[in-house]
Amino acid sequence: MIEIKDLHKSYKMGSNSLHVLKGINFSVEEGELVAIMGSSGSGKSTLLNILGMLDVANSGEYNLDGVPIKNLNETKAAKYRNKFLGFVFQSFNLINYKSALENVALPLYYQRIPRKERLERALKYLEQVGLKEWATHLPSELSGGQKQRVAIARAMASEPKVLLADEPTGALDSVTSYEVMDLIQKINDQGNTILVVTHEDDIAHMCKRIVHLKDGVIVEDKKVKQVRASEYV
Amino acid sequence: MFSWDTWKEIFETIQKNKLRTFLSGFTVALGILIFVSLFGLGNGLINTFDKFFQEDATNVLYLFPGKTTIPYKGYKSARRIEFENSDLEDIKKNFPMFLEYVTPRITRNKVVKYKNESNSYNVTGVDWGHQFAEKTIIMKGRYLNVEDVANKTKYVVIGRLVEKDLFGNVNALGKFIDIGNSMFKVIGVFQDDGGDREERGIYLPYTTLQLIEKNTDKINQIVTAFKPELGYVGAIAYENSLRKFFKDKKFISPDDQNGFFIRNVADQLNQNQQFARVLQLIVAFVAFGTIIAGIIGISNIMVYVVKERTKELGIRKALGATPNNVIGTILLESVFITTISGFFGMVVGIAILSSLGEKLAEDYFILNPYINTGVAVFATVLLILFGAIAGYVPAQRAARIKPIVALRDQ
Repeated sequence: MIEIKDLHKSYKMGSNSLHVLKGINFSVEEGELVAIMGSSGSGKSTLLNILGMLDVANSGEYNLDGVPIKNLNETKAAKYRNKFLGFVFQSFNLINYKSALENVALPLYYQRIPRKERLERALKYLEQVGLKEWATHLPSELSGGQKQRVAIARAMASEPKVLLADEPTGALDSVTSYEVMDLIQKINDQGNTILVVTHEDDIAHMCKRIVHLKDGVIVEDKKVKQVRASEYV
Repeated sequence: MFSWDTWKEIFETIQKNKLRTFLSGFTVALGILIFVSLFGLGNGLINTFDKFFQEDATNVLYLFPGKTTIPYKGYKSARRIEFENSDLEDIKKNFPMFLEYVTPRITRNKVVKYKNESNSYNVTGVDWGHQFAEKTIIMKGRYLNVEDVANKTKYVVIGRLVEKDLFGNVNALGKFIDIGNSMFKVIGVFQDDGGDREERGIYLPYTTLQLIEKNTDKINQIVTAFKPELGYVGAIAYENSLRKFFKDKKFISPDDQNGFFIRNVADQLNQNQQFARVLQLIVAFVAFGTIIAGIIGISNIMVYVVKERTKELGIRKALGATPNNVIGTILLESVFITTISGFFGMVVGIAILSSLGEKLAEDYFILNPYINTGVAVFATVLLILFGAIAGYVPAQRAARIKPIVALRDQ
């Protein structure tokens, strides 16, 4: 599903350049649930942003579902993002003046799906994350866990190839974190490929594979026995 | 980009961001409203000017007698100058190339009676040409003519209000009124745009008035009109020729400014038209400034709007919005708001102007303020256009910004 060869990324900071990713080789099969771990500054978020086409690498190859991702202009990147990827952010990033339902329907708007069908599909995904009754509520009326579940529903609405989650539990207490992880595991059970960036051990162990990043290189890549979040809920 | 779905999305955004909508809409509506009002009021001021000078004919010169201040050719100073009938003949004889008509004006205040009603009025002895000089409008009957003057008939033309005062609802035409103990036949009733004072006047042949006054040939004032096609230059030439001729005839020193006076309406009109033009220029300048201020206002708001929406636009981009989607969202929203509110401001402005009408004429000299619809629409479209251009620059920047940067911005 994802194939990365010798990926480099550096940021210019004034006259210095900060080498963040120093040759990453990495691949993900369909249906995997991968945790990307590392302390802050290890380059894990940068890697996720490049995978999400929110940022571009300086050199290296990146194939997503057999499609080479390079030399993308903004319009093409936007189309690929819409078609291939779903995002979940630490700070939820819901649009605050739109209801939960409208937030979930937004990626479908950019796919030019008619409004009625869009809202029907959005409602289906809200139901999957257990928030059907909250469809008409604004983000400000939802709890943190509910917001993240809306964000996950939104990421899933466009039926992406890969779901990218950047510290999805970073702003949540542990009980709510496990609820969200439970949801992510269930989505994974349906065969979806998911990458989760986290620095929390317990969250990482709820995935099926842990990739450890340190100073811009992969220092460890191992399969683990998945801990089901439902045990804690 | 212009599908119904796009519009629906925009309506929703507008509805749910009321402050933003209000701010940009209010700026544009107010800008256009002030522009339309100012421009209209300026036009009203110019209207007052025009009307003021349209009460009387504009191709007319008035000659008033005065007193000399310089001794000349054996005459002492402080000599009173008088006009007489021969002066009228001389004007006709010497200035045919300029002359349209000439009429004397001898004004007396007399008690006028009809049956039991009596009142005092200004009674003016005139020639036929006076009708055109004063723009007197005959309501019924006729004005004085050449034969009335030649035959010294005892005919009068009375103002609308004189008829109302003395006759009430009775038709005055053909009735006889008593002026200074002589009986005169009313042959016409007139009205005048100059106001009540002029409509309380009575005209009779100047020859008749002179006959009553011991057959004198003295005249108070001479009113003469030049051919309108001569224009302003002709008017000044006529004025100078007349001045020279009468200084000569009445033995007044060429340097004496006070022997008699000439009031040249054309000269005054020219000055006042220049004043009106300057006024129009100032009004246009201020109105233009209002539009500029409006454009700057809407530009500021657009920059603020884009700034405020940076994060939202980043989210939209992460979810698959293309740069064109982003620019379209911002521009369509802004153009939609500015169009609606711009035309709202314009319509309100025009409504205010037309409701004013003559209400400000009395105290503020603003008569029938109006604005050419073309000018109003042009200004509105200009503001919308510049609002869009002002919105395009930050919108484009927002569209280019990387979603990762926009999202990092907490």
